[in-house]
Amino acid sequence: MRKVAIVGTGHTPFTFATEKTSIELFSEAAMDAINEAGLKPKDMQALYLGNCLGDFSEGQAMMQSYAANDIGAFHIPATRFEGACASSSLAVRDAFIWVASGFYDVVLVGGVERAASMGTSLATRTFAMFTDSHYEYPAGLTFPAMFAMLAHLYSHKYGVPLERLKEQMAQVSVQSHAYGISNPKAQFHKEITKEDVLNGFMVTSPLQLLDCCPFSDGAAALVLVSEEKAKELTDKPVFITGIGQASSGRLSAQKDDLPRLRAREESAKQAYDLAGIKPSDVDLCELHDCFSIASLIAAESLGFFEFGKAGEAWEKGETKIGGKIPINVSGGLKAKGHPIGATGASQVSEIYHQLRGEAGERQVEGAKIGLTDTLGGDGVICTLVMEKGW
Amino acid sequence: MDYKLTFKDYSKALTKGTLLGLKCKTCGNITTPPKMSCQECGGTDLEVVEVKKKGKIVTFTNVSVAPEGRQNEVPYIIALVRLDEGPWIMGNLIDIDPAAANMDLIGRDVSVGFKIFPGDKFSPGDQARPVFSFS
Repeated sequence: MRKVAIVGTGHTPFTFATEKTSIELFSEAAMDAINEAGLKPKDMQALYLGNCLGDFSEGQAMMQSYAANDIGAFHIPATRFEGACASSSLAVRDAFIWVASGFYDVVLVGGVERAASMGTSLATRTFAMFTDSHYEYPAGLTFPAMFAMLAHLYSHKYGVPLERLKEQMAQVSVQSHAYGISNPKAQFHKEITKEDVLNGFMVTSPLQLLDCCPFSDGAAALVLVSEEKAKELTDKPVFITGIGQASSGRLSAQKDDLPRLRAREESAKQAYDLAGIKPSDVDLCELHDCFSIASLIAAESLGFFEFGKAGEAWEKGETKIGGKIPINVSGGLKAKGHPIGATGASQVSEIYHQLRGEAGERQVEGAKIGLTDTLGGDGVICTLVMEKGW
Repeated sequence: MDYKLTFKDYSKALTKGTLLGLKCKTCGNITTPPKMSCQECGGTDLEVVEVKKKGKIVTFTNVSVAPEGRQNEVPYIIALVRLDEGPWIMGNLIDIDPAAANMDLIGRDVSVGFKIFPGDKFSPGDQARPVFSFS
């Protein structure tokens, strides 16, 4: 297996509803990534594009092909990845495998979504498609409702009284908003307080408005190349050294594993093992905080904290820069935004710039190893490990 | 291999008051809602059985923001219930004011009934959904 490097990134601002089309957004991110790599569109041998809901948001399926053509990467194989909110992480993982195998030397990978453009009602309906359509959607299941149920279950199973858990969850959102201020690409540049979270509109008990990430529009792209190619392009490559992916059944089928998501633990183990590292080796992590409670659940299953204890870690500042494991210093899905098809590539982009020391005010000094965790629906998880390559 | 218990047949039985599941001839566990294989051991030698409509609430939420086309249903409670025979199923908790839903619901005994979700433009027509009431 060959080593695979990231040599370029592109990232549009993550925003409320935009008038740009998905292809326009992706092309902007893709050209930035290609230019940053010092390459040309014609150098791209394949495009792997994460996109979930283009069919619904703008009546555009199969956009991967038009996107390749749009940037002038004529006739290259272009493949769409759909794994709900983890779509572009799956695309990165596959791009890694194809470059590592020697089949390709240069792959353009990324994602795009216009979730905000759909409006809350249609977005809520289409996001609910990431649950079981026949056995669980009829009950009115929404995506926040799934995590709301996990929050109550978390409180019950770990003996954290709901009121206490709510305060811990609020702290997750407060931290993410604080870091979002220093990310120019973030959707929100606004500090919030615990009281703001706890006084918010109740979306689905116990999740209030600011426990939930926003609907967002945006795109992110990366150029992945072989180690040999990377040597021609940069003296600061970032290598992908661990990959993991796992799946699971409908929420009710996950039974006693809940509120843990077994797939996450399977996926993380694959990634840690391939990279030959353990959780304590990770210098920073971008994890899937679609809801405040989701951050606690993710941080525990990734091995950073004991089960039932992640909330305390957030309260003690262990997840801040300078703490045990800085988490979501980009602002996370909560403050940076969550254009679902683009989120995985955006997380990888954050780690890339952190490892290169280019993250400005939110730089984690001396970071050498970073990890991303991306969750799609209740059934898809992808974990990626990146390491400083010089 | 034929699908032993399809959604259509499961749904039809539920609308007649019968909750169906699959008993695994390999490990003896019951899987419902149905699948091709046993949720516990992955075995595919399964028989269709009637499942007792009793269980306990494992978790819940009171939903205030509904998907497109279902705004008239809010507020409503979704619950996950562990059936006495092992499987977990999802449905709506009725006969309680949604605003009164709190952590005390967890562990409460419920029995399983049904209601029809008429579907929307993305759905394949009528779908039976479990509803739970206190027993």
